[in-house]
Amino acid sequence: MAARSLGGFGVRVALVAATVALWELVTRLASQPYFPPPSTIASRMYTLWFSGPVTHVFFTDDALTMLQPSLGRLLVGWGAASVAGVVLGLAIGRSQVLSDFLDPLIQFGRAVPPPMLVPIFFALFKIGTPTQIATIVLGVIWPVLINAIDGAATVDRQHLETARVFGLSRPQIIGRIIVPSAMPKIVAGLRLSLSLALIMMVISELVGSNSGIGYRLTTAQQNFLIPDVWGCIVLLGVLGYLLNSSFLLVENRILRWHSRARQYA
Amino acid sequence: MLEIIDVTHTYGAYRALDGVKLTVADGELVCVVGPSGCGKSTLLRSVAGLVQPTGGRILLDGVPVSQTPDNLAVVFQDYSRSLFPWMSAAANVALPLRRKGMDRAQRRTAAMEALEQMGLADAAGKYPWEMSGGMQQRVAIARALAFRPSLLLMDEPFGSVDAQTREDLEDLVLRVCAHHGMTIMLVTHDIDESVYLGDRVVVLSRAPGTVAGDLHVSLPSPRDQIVTREHETFVRLRAEVGRLVRGNQLSRQET
Repeated sequence: MAARSLGGFGVRVALVAATVALWELVTRLASQPYFPPPSTIASRMYTLWFSGPVTHVFFTDDALTMLQPSLGRLLVGWGAASVAGVVLGLAIGRSQVLSDFLDPLIQFGRAVPPPMLVPIFFALFKIGTPTQIATIVLGVIWPVLINAIDGAATVDRQHLETARVFGLSRPQIIGRIIVPSAMPKIVAGLRLSLSLALIMMVISELVGSNSGIGYRLTTAQQNFLIPDVWGCIVLLGVLGYLLNSSFLLVENRILRWHSRARQYA
Repeated sequence: MLEIIDVTHTYGAYRALDGVKLTVADGELVCVVGPSGCGKSTLLRSVAGLVQPTGGRILLDGVPVSQTPDNLAVVFQDYSRSLFPWMSAAANVALPLRRKGMDRAQRRTAAMEALEQMGLADAAGKYPWEMSGGMQQRVAIARALAFRPSLLLMDEPFGSVDAQTREDLEDLVLRVCAHHGMTIMLVTHDIDESVYLGDRVVVLSRAPGTVAGDLHVSLPSPRDQIVTREHETFVRLRAEVGRLVRGNQLSRQET
């Protein structure tokens, strides 16, 4: 098992290395200014962002002033959307009346592309962080909300009857039965919305922002700093990968019972 | 203890129960047996307060059952959907005890005690999906025992386990329940099981269910899977119940 996963890891590293090598080769042969080779991108990223002092874990001031607002917006937006999505979703999933009333609204809201709402948010909030957070929240709440509704609505009837027969209190039924039952679906929604949050963060920073990765990307584009543009793109990819990996770590802990129960079944 | 007075239940146009009359005395183990679809599960669910019968009354200790009563526990047939897979066996057993006003340590002790009685002392930390079907059903029974209900309802409790496990569980339940002096209403479609386990066997007729027979089981205790089943009375009662279940009239009232 350990040997196999180690082998799998080796294969994956080799695959990445081969892809980068091929990319390097093709871009060098083509020598197009819009497609710099990865070595150029990497060295540009290094000088821009990762050549800082040890005390800043090698991050440069430039990297910190760019990453902090971006990550802050992403996490606040995703966190707010998650809390709101789970709470609303559980309520709607357990209440026929609420779901009858709110389902059309949800279907409507979900169909509106969030970037279209940015001008409205400009009007509602100040230009800047509140608008960006609102864009992220509205863009990423749907997977959480819809999965939480579904999870709460499909709790096993026998589980609920057992809870009733043994006289569990309302908070106990919610906390010990409904939430754990819905958890696998909620977590799937949270993961989906985390990757969406990264996309929404960049989109929200492309217009009306003066900080963050998205802002950096547009200014680099406008100034024809092609390696900087590519550096931002690579950085976003790495960020997405790291976010997803950290989420999986947490997910495996929360849903240990679920994944193992499925193995046994 | 439990009085079921002229209980009738209809699902739309379908009449499941039609004027069922039945009383269960303190400390009695009553088996309700009948062909499948005779409304015996509906009857049990009515007593548990999970179904509101369309007619008649159910009194538990003289109190009409409207919501699920406080002092009642149920063992369902489908243990895999009755135990909570996100909790260990001990947590499953301890969960309902909070409302009994027990603190954490007391709940833990009571749960361990009940698991021990069901022969599961080593499995307290295991999750339901790590256990065999028989073990899971024993956890479900332990949960009911730890709750110390004045009435224990069992809905086909051994219907989903293999024959050997079934016999073991039957004896275990008889022993533990005699020890606690518990009142039990057990629903089954298995005629042998009803006679083997019951102090009384109540036969429900085909739907709409009515009480077709009420037989006292005068078999010696403790019961034994081999000896009891070859006992003359067992053989006669089994035939009697069998005839009743198949719809014949009671040939001779058993007293």
